[in-house]
Amino acid sequence: MKLPDLTELALRNLRESLLRNSLTTIGISVGVASLVAMLSLGIGLQQLASRRLVKSGLFDTVVVTSHRDMRTMGRERDEDRNGANPGESRILDESARAEIEHLSNVVEAYPDIRFSTELRYEDKPHLTMVSALPQSAKSNDAFEGMPGRFFSSDTAPEVILQKTFAEELLGKTPPRGGEEPNVTDLAKPLLGKELTLRYAQRAASPNQPVPPGADAANSSDSNLAGAAYSVVSREQKVTIVGIADLDPESMRGPTRARVFLPLKLAESLHVMQLTDLREIARAASDQPVYSSISVRVKNPAQIQLVEDAIKKMGFGTFSILDATRSLRQFFAVLDLFLGIFGSLALAVASIGIVNTLVMAILERRREIGIMKAIGASDGDVKKLFFAEAGAMGILGGIVGVALGWSIGQVINLGTNVYLKRQSLPPEHFWAVPWWLVAAAIGFAFVVSLVSGLYPAGRAARLDPVQALRYE
Amino acid sequence: MGETVIRAVDGVSLQVRAGEFVALLGSSGSGKSSVLNLIAGLDRPTSGSVVVGDRDLAKLSREELAKYRLHVVGMVFQSFNLIASMTLAENVELPLRFAEVDRAQRPELAREALQRVGLRARMDHRPSELSGGEQQRAALARALINRPQLLLADEPTGNLDSHTGTEIMEMVRQFNRELGMTVVMVTHERALAERYAQRMIFLADGKLIDDRPNTPAANGGQS
Repeated sequence: MKLPDLTELALRNLRESLLRNSLTTIGISVGVASLVAMLSLGIGLQQLASRRLVKSGLFDTVVVTSHRDMRTMGRERDEDRNGANPGESRILDESARAEIEHLSNVVEAYPDIRFSTELRYEDKPHLTMVSALPQSAKSNDAFEGMPGRFFSSDTAPEVILQKTFAEELLGKTPPRGGEEPNVTDLAKPLLGKELTLRYAQRAASPNQPVPPGADAANSSDSNLAGAAYSVVSREQKVTIVGIADLDPESMRGPTRARVFLPLKLAESLHVMQLTDLREIARAASDQPVYSSISVRVKNPAQIQLVEDAIKKMGFGTFSILDATRSLRQFFAVLDLFLGIFGSLALAVASIGIVNTLVMAILERRREIGIMKAIGASDGDVKKLFFAEAGAMGILGGIVGVALGWSIGQVINLGTNVYLKRQSLPPEHFWAVPWWLVAAAIGFAFVVSLVSGLYPAGRAARLDPVQALRYE
Repeated sequence: MGETVIRAVDGVSLQVRAGEFVALLGSSGSGKSSVLNLIAGLDRPTSGSVVVGDRDLAKLSREELAKYRLHVVGMVFQSFNLIASMTLAENVELPLRFAEVDRAQRPELAREALQRVGLRARMDHRPSELSGGEQQRAALARALINRPQLLLADEPTGNLDSHTGTEIMEMVRQFNRELGMTVVMVTHERALAERYAQRMIFLADGKLIDDRPNTPAANGGQS
């Protein structure tokens, strides 16, 4: 028998005992729904976590360092044994940065500028770590929705403070184990206030651009040859524009500071950095040398490509890609467990299919006998029962996916109502991707076919003479 | 159509020629239905052979036996054995589905077969809406649809009154004469066999007792 005939006869037979078959199909639907609900929760949570990570800039960032730095980190001997030419390693300077930025799939490459400095607020000095942020960090979770605003431009003399630093400025220390102060409360007295940033400038030549608003009083005596540079003390007035509620320890390197400056401003300050001491021998250049460069990639999927391209240029790279492997592993295990729990209901439903079909054989014993007497082969009868099982599987799968999706929507909605009450932003932690829809229906189909194996075989082996004997 | 030779060995050995109308007679338990089932390929002999045309049914696979039932044999039963959930047209069409006949041709073939038994007007009715005689006519139409060489009838009039029984037998005779089908009919009514069969075979306790030619009445003895 051909497929259209099989389908037609199967659906007709299913309609004949509508109640029983509907109940069996509902059983499959519940199984599929629980599977879909469990897996879409797992997938949704994974997507939520990835979204967070992508936003935090972890997934799309490659950190580039010069090879020499790597060697100082104990790789020197390895490299020598490998016969790597030391001349190959390049200096991580502006030209290298520009070159990296021009690689395909690279959105931007910016130097990681970080320095320790003194900030004066109301004439009290506070020593802290300052780090530069590119304009693109604006979309970072930590700066989105914080009190105040992000830098108005890449060169604006503005700063964003980390919460604990804001507390320090206000002379508040959080009570141990007590409630953390609200960022909004901290922001009120500080936003718009001015800080004086004191730093050591690495002045290579007198015609260096003077940072806007910088105190230029001392710049005249930095008139030195390009072969050397002097360290000049400078001051820069900056305005507090935002207070970020981020945990400095949880963030990646560049943000592990308590005060943030716009990137271009930080660059123009030519602050003496730790690496500069290492570069003293190369000080002939008036170009700044960076300790590391952060490269933002268009898409996390292209990280490996970009990393390889940068390595070819002779730099060392590091990305969070390796670190995320354990995260992916965790979600794979979570999905597996959720899937197993979800499948339990489907397993029960498959027993329902076996039961229904065995009942159908008893009921349709005579009909099977007739079909065989008029020329149906064992295969025809077997296929017919498979078709019935498969039809129940597909129908149950479709209804189940719809059901699971609805459950997900309701739970998502309910949780978001709760989140809203807690004045938290709504989250989408429920995802039913198309492949899950297809896979769930396919899985239901396969499970029902497997369930049909025994009944179909039994129906096919039915002896027509026996079946037709009793009336 | 070549000569159809049927030989059932179970203490029973018999041959039926192509185009013959044979009646198998005997009381219940005499083995006449078993012989019919062996010829139909519904049963296999434990020993001996059943040869139809050039096929030895004992040597066919289950699959080949199904093909044989589908294309070579048409069967009618005492209890009609139509599928209750299907209309007459669908019942008649069922063997075409197993034979994988093109879907577009099937309705016409079913209509033709029902026309032949005079049930075209009732083709969309279910068996339960019809009289016994009409049901048996539908069963005949189903038996004919794949144009078999062999029509096997197991007490075809057993559940019918004598008038409709005669009607059915007339049809069977018509198929025998006009379509050249070989007919093997099981019955316990000797009168019926004498009226229609060209040959009467008597069985008792699984043994062949008598095998004699018969001259059937010209018009089924309706007079």
